[in-house]
Amino acid sequence: MSKIRADLKYTKSHEWIKIGDDGSLSIGITDHAQEALGDIVFVEVPQKGRKLKAGEACAVVESVKAASDIYSPVAGEVLEGNAKLADKPESINQDAFANWILRLKPANPADLNQLLDAKAYEKVLADEAQ
Amino acid sequence: MGKRTSLYDLHVTAGARMVDFGGWDMPVNYGSQIEEHHAVRRDAGMFDVSHMTVLDLEGSRSRDFLRKLLANDIGKLHEPGKALYSCMLNERGGVIDDLITYFLREDWFRMVVNAATHDKDLAWITQQAKAFGVRVTERDLAMIAVQGPNAREQIASLLPSTMRDRALTLKPFTAVFDNHWFVARTGYTGEDGFEIMLLPAKAPEFWRALAAKSVKPCGLGARDTLRLEAAMNLYGQDMDENVTPLESGLGWTVAWNPAERDFIGRAALEAQRDTGPKCKLIGLLLEDKGILRAHQKVICDGVGVGEITSGTFSPTLERSIALARVPVAAGETMQVDIRGKLCKARVVKPPFVRNGKILVTL
Repeated sequence: MSKIRADLKYTKSHEWIKIGDDGSLSIGITDHAQEALGDIVFVEVPQKGRKLKAGEACAVVESVKAASDIYSPVAGEVLEGNAKLADKPESINQDAFANWILRLKPANPADLNQLLDAKAYEKVLADEAQ
Repeated sequence: MGKRTSLYDLHVTAGARMVDFGGWDMPVNYGSQIEEHHAVRRDAGMFDVSHMTVLDLEGSRSRDFLRKLLANDIGKLHEPGKALYSCMLNERGGVIDDLITYFLREDWFRMVVNAATHDKDLAWITQQAKAFGVRVTERDLAMIAVQGPNAREQIASLLPSTMRDRALTLKPFTAVFDNHWFVARTGYTGEDGFEIMLLPAKAPEFWRALAAKSVKPCGLGARDTLRLEAAMNLYGQDMDENVTPLESGLGWTVAWNPAERDFIGRAALEAQRDTGPKCKLIGLLLEDKGILRAHQKVICDGVGVGEITSGTFSPTLERSIALARVPVAAGETMQVDIRGKLCKARVVKPPFVRNGKILVTL
């Protein structure tokens, strides 16, 4: 059974979002997503300064099996991509919530209200399992 | 819900991720696909390949029939149990399927064909067999592939004593069989190993006994990375009815001699051989970061564009590798379009890995 962390926000497309004290977002993929992907062998992160629309594909996580797009949960500007993942993509398999893929400055803080909380994401997983 | 092999419950209990493959619910992995891959390269792993189609061909003219049906020549097989890999072609020289045929008796041959092509293969073979009075029967058998450097040692004590000695001294690409067991020294991984056919009711017991000896259950995911490292083609991906063996790296499987053997597709294939095929299947090693995937475009400077047919991350090389179909004049380096970015790739002579050893320069 995949883990869910209570202190994070989520999307239906299986990204997690951590809201920092400065209002910046750290974004990764959930434990459920890493489990579904299998062994992760390559991560393509976005360039700093890239402007993203909500729902825009902004990173790619590749497992042995397939490539999966990561979608920006809200509109914003990329603060940085996680360079560490270039050498250690498998760290996402080891702990999906400890390894963010990109950091984002949201264009409009109010957009964050649309993100799912842990309970709502748990329901997304339960619905998908059926 | 798809079809299930007799090992389905064991896969689910072992925590396998099940996927649809050619209408069958099959395990893609039981955890880490990379660990499963390494187990086969370094020790021993087992695969449920019961979804594959086993056909028995019976009749006094079976040999004549197969010499017509297949591009490789069954006439090469004289010892009972000897196997032959071949393409089965249409009149245009396109590949209907690739398969293994075993010579069992002069009036009995056994053929193993792909699961995804079951219906069309059965229809084609049955139709062609009529003129030879050959009976085509599908057999309901489980098949377990035990592969890896320690496969032989691991199966030794689990085989029936009546055939153990013969099974363990099999040469590559040969089989022994009795009424219940069929043991062949074949595989799809580039390692030593065996493919064992047995009655579906007996398969779970055999699987459990292998697991008890810590032979690692491996899914279709590892099977794909292993076969790609070994540069073995996958039907439907690396070749299909629109390309010939000459365009698929399988020229070595076409038996041109004797010249009078009139196999299906021969005329078209000879015409292509004489004019020269326009494309070829090559091995590629990605020099840049990223992962090669099927259908990515391959830009070959000055001579045109090709396409990746199979691509993956290679667990043994820890690099991305691929098979690609490119114009025949393509050079040694090319660029692959990965999501709009041109990445450098180098042509290497397949296989990439065989018997645990890396065979290409990294």
